[in-house]
Amino acid sequence: MRLLFALISGGLFGAGLLVSGMVDTTKVQGWLDVFGAWDPTLAFVLGGAILPMAVAWRFTVGRAPKLGGTFPPKPEPRLGHNLVVGSLLFGAGWGLAGLCPGPALASVSFGGWGGLVFLAAMLAGMAVAPPARRWVDAMAA
Amino acid sequence: MIGGAAALFLLVNGRIMGASGIVGGLVDGSGKSNWRERAAFVAGLVAVPPMLVPLYAEVDTHISQNVFVIVAAGLLVGIGSRLANGCTSGHGVCGISRFSLRGIVATVFYLLAGGMSVLLFKHLLGVI
Repeated sequence: MRLLFALISGGLFGAGLLVSGMVDTTKVQGWLDVFGAWDPTLAFVLGGAILPMAVAWRFTVGRAPKLGGTFPPKPEPRLGHNLVVGSLLFGAGWGLAGLCPGPALASVSFGGWGGLVFLAAMLAGMAVAPPARRWVDAMAA
Repeated sequence: MIGGAAALFLLVNGRIMGASGIVGGLVDGSGKSNWRERAAFVAGLVAVPPMLVPLYAEVDTHISQNVFVIVAAGLLVGIGSRLANGCTSGHGVCGISRFSLRGIVATVFYLLAGGMSVLLFKHLLGVI
């Protein structure tokens, strides 16, 4: 059952990314292009996703997940250097190509060679992230 | 639909729908204990969009044709999202909606960096 609902969630997420235009790098870069021809429409996509999720979070209070286990606890409001450095690097890459991890996966079947190369580079980046994290920690110490 | 997917994954499976976390855990081995659930999510994410593509006259991701740009951007997205422990879906959708300070701060920084990146590479350097 867990696998079935994971599959359905992933599929619904992918469909949403396609329909909303998050897989179109030109549209994403237009949304980030505050200093040029700014296209604010993706703000509605983000807002439209946050709203049902806010309702879902409220619904978790005093309940447990349908298939067992516990809901993930709210993380400590601790802002480390990894959060800031990582978000800056991620944002720089997102602006450069117009793809973030979800849309990179959702569009890999129809994104041509560019989409495949991006996904491969992204997975390589994820593989070297643990040593990179240790390096950032050492630098900050 | 994105919010519905995140809500479903949370309320039924009890998991945060963060793309970089789900995939990253498969890549670096940190998500070994529930790899099947992660793999099933990724399978749906990869396989469902192409089923809908025929409904459109044209679907184009308009991705850069410059291999250096693509590789550099992919590496940055991969390393950055894992260092930050989340990307647009994890921090942006799931984090902000529960008023998580980490999610809000991460979103401010990646939007800021994204805006600066487009300014630099598009308007100043002209590579995208």
